[in-house]
Amino acid sequence: MVTVAVVRQRSLFGVVVLTVIYSFLIASVMVVLDAVDVAMTEAAVGAGISTVILLTTLHLIRTTEMRQVGFRLMPLAITVVTGLMLIWGTLALPPFGVANTPIHTHVAPRYLAESIRETNVPNVVTSVLADYRGYDTLGETTVIFTAGIGVMLLLRGRRHRGGGKDEKDAT
Amino acid sequence: MSLDLILRVGTKLILPFILLFALYVQFHGDYGPGGGFQAGVITAGMVVLVGITFGLEAAHRIAPQGLMQFMVPLGVLIYAGTGVAGLILGRNYLDYSVLAHDPAHGHEYGIIFVEAGVLITVAGTMTAIFYAFVERGR
Repeated sequence: MVTVAVVRQRSLFGVVVLTVIYSFLIASVMVVLDAVDVAMTEAAVGAGISTVILLTTLHLIRTTEMRQVGFRLMPLAITVVTGLMLIWGTLALPPFGVANTPIHTHVAPRYLAESIRETNVPNVVTSVLADYRGYDTLGETTVIFTAGIGVMLLLRGRRHRGGGKDEKDAT
Repeated sequence: MSLDLILRVGTKLILPFILLFALYVQFHGDYGPGGGFQAGVITAGMVVLVGITFGLEAAHRIAPQGLMQFMVPLGVLIYAGTGVAGLILGRNYLDYSVLAHDPAHGHEYGIIFVEAGVLITVAGTMTAIFYAFVERGR
């Protein structure tokens, strides 16, 4: 319902507010699914920081969406086909909450059983993120670093500083 | 200016608790939900709140722009440096066992260092992006 409202809404400010509602709904779903870490991230990032960034972006651009020019068939076809393929893909997933699926029998039991002895950290989510899957989190941190550098270069280039000297050093 | 008195006083009242909550999320991440990423975002949210309520200069006073930009690569370096420490001390990259005599304690310390790196990068990046957008809009 919120998604439909986001699509129908012409005022971009309204879209941002509806996106916040959507993020909080998703966060509540994550709490229901016992994924408190994910819910916390969704609430902080989805409803908090990205809202601020979207609003500051609206500060830079006009706040109403432009009228669509005519009806295009190709985007609609691509969307429908992609959606149908995704739904088709979910049919092959194991039923929700079944214990003997590959994801629950491969390394997860070892992490659950050995985490406290090996890392002294009771929260398995943290020990998996920062220790067993340390490379992935290093990659994520690098992605955030790259995003920050990119935004700073794009938004603060040339106009405020004199030459391009500082930017070259940063890259 | 006097109309947003409640907003200003409310913001001032709530600021220390936001920062405290961020630190709680950061250091209690080992025992409950949370970690560097969430704590970094909450910290950045505190700076953003100051920026929205009191203006950009006030935000610059508590979180200088140069420091925020310095934090962006610093966190990644702390993370990668923790990995290199394992390499130097004779184990694999990002193997924390060598950071203490007891391997389990080494892992614990390693996770704390790594989470600190994530916190620094995330908080710095989010704040720097906010600054960049706001300054562009002037």
